[in-house]
Amino acid sequence: MTATTTAPVAATPVRTLRRPSSRLRAWATRAPLLPALIFMIAVTQLPFVATLVISFFDWNALYPKARHFTGLGNYSDVLTDADLRHSVWTTIVLTVTVVLVSLIVGLGLALLLDRRFRGRGIVRTLLIAPFLVVPVAAALLWKHVLYNPEYGLLNGLLHIVGGPQPDWISNTPLLAVEASLVWQWTPFMMLILLAGLQSRDHQQIEAARVDGASDWQIFRHLTLPHLRRYLELGALLGSIYIVQNFDAVFTLTSGGLGTANLPYTVYQSFYQAHENGLASAAGVLVVIGSIIIATFALRVVSSLFREEVSRA
Amino acid sequence: MSATAVPVRSRRTRGPRRTVRARGAGLGLVAWLAGVVFFLPIAWMALTSFHSESDAATNPPSLGAALTLDGYREFFGTGGGASPWPALVNSTVASLVSTLCVLLLALPAAYALSVRPVRKWTDVLFFFLSTKMLPVVAGLLPIYLFAKNTGMLDNIWLLVILYTSMNLPIAVWMMQSFLAEVPVAVIEAAQIDGARLPTVLARVVAPIALPGIAATALICFIFSWNELLFARVLTGVVAETAPVFLTGFITSQGLFLAKVCAASLVISLPVLAAGFAAQDKLVQGLSLGAVK
Repeated sequence: MTATTTAPVAATPVRTLRRPSSRLRAWATRAPLLPALIFMIAVTQLPFVATLVISFFDWNALYPKARHFTGLGNYSDVLTDADLRHSVWTTIVLTVTVVLVSLIVGLGLALLLDRRFRGRGIVRTLLIAPFLVVPVAAALLWKHVLYNPEYGLLNGLLHIVGGPQPDWISNTPLLAVEASLVWQWTPFMMLILLAGLQSRDHQQIEAARVDGASDWQIFRHLTLPHLRRYLELGALLGSIYIVQNFDAVFTLTSGGLGTANLPYTVYQSFYQAHENGLASAAGVLVVIGSIIIATFALRVVSSLFREEVSRA
Repeated sequence: MSATAVPVRSRRTRGPRRTVRARGAGLGLVAWLAGVVFFLPIAWMALTSFHSESDAATNPPSLGAALTLDGYREFFGTGGGASPWPALVNSTVASLVSTLCVLLLALPAAYALSVRPVRKWTDVLFFFLSTKMLPVVAGLLPIYLFAKNTGMLDNIWLLVILYTSMNLPIAVWMMQSFLAEVPVAVIEAAQIDGARLPTVLARVVAPIALPGIAATALICFIFSWNELLFARVLTGVVAETAPVFLTGFITSQGLFLAKVCAASLVISLPVLAAGFAAQDKLVQGLSLGAVK
């Protein structure tokens, strides 16, 4: 303020004085950000750059002297190797199935929970619980307690009604993994969609009802358009987490029976096969896939975010 | 509104209203049913953990078998197996210390981004978010090689650093959205009254933002406690965490169902407790503050 009033009198000296102080002030506002920023760049970006570099080398940790530059050799290996290609496919199928099914079931549950009934809080708590079981513990629960062909609960219940006794994991391995993940992720989708439902404009719905709109019409023309972005957000966040899923695949099938997804393959190729170059190339491919999803995710988050900011 | 119209109206609406109420009760029942179905595996796990091993592994399932604490005794190693205590201690250290580090780094950053907006602050926010979308496997190998060459393998403090980086973006986003709820006018008023920054933070910002900060801490704790891939690759005997301990149960070992259930339940308890404590803010945290 003093600068603006004195500026006409002595323009040049003030300007030279003001510049360092405003720069200082700008740094003072930025300074609290720096530790977090530097930390994130060091811990997440540098290793990725290293992964990128390693991905261009033919490098087996058991034969470190044979390490040499191969350019895109690892990438063509990854893309032509039948097992690796299969794991790309498995990752896609696993992610899409789990996200879609848990989104649909989650929507149904959110609609049920959006209305008042006796014990709504308890039901909400019961429904959230699966999401709050440690993922490895949840996978163990499904593997040993539910799926076990001899004494698992599923076959136990089937036995009571005189049904067949299938070996769930051996017969339908991918479906077994998917079911356990759907169980864990449906509560997540439900919570996001419930928040969406509760942020609806209730006056508008009331007005539509007075005008004689049926429940279905209200759902189709008011609720669903409003929920669209919450559905997108749930789908994208769910995709980001499930593309990276390791725990369920590792625990339920150990990547066997055609259930190895990319994270598991990356883990296996360097941790067990010591193929550092191949693992890195596969890792870079996972990143590219994630960037594609993330671009859309960021767009959705930023549109919700901008709305929040403009509302505030 | 004429008097004669009233009875006609009520007669017309009584029918539909009754069916609406009946349908509402029916849907409430469906909701209850869904809740029970989703919770059933956990309830069954809890029940099985209190059964003896021979009662746990029966077909058809033995619902009313005698209850015992043998599964828990087995899990805690009194039966001769490996003790889970070192793993539980490691997980506690890794989760608590990394959560503390996250708060120390994220609070100033979130403050700079919300209360005193930095120019291009949304860019910075989205940079944090984008790191969360970088899969763990993207940096796993270099981190492993780095740890191997510097002797940091099987060291719990390496996990503390990695878990801090894993949760920092979530925490910055969450806390930014919680701190943004503090009205700027209130802060300015305090400053005009002569309050210094520490006083403003302690007396004005903290009381409003504290529930949000607590929820953020709980969610970071959950993610650290659950993490498997880093822990599996980077730890061995000494720094093993609880989820890595659980992977010891992947292959069947004869009659061990009650023990597995006890182990899964005990190791999930901190997460269940933290999750229910943060229930109201859970969505906001998991959606990175995008949904309120």
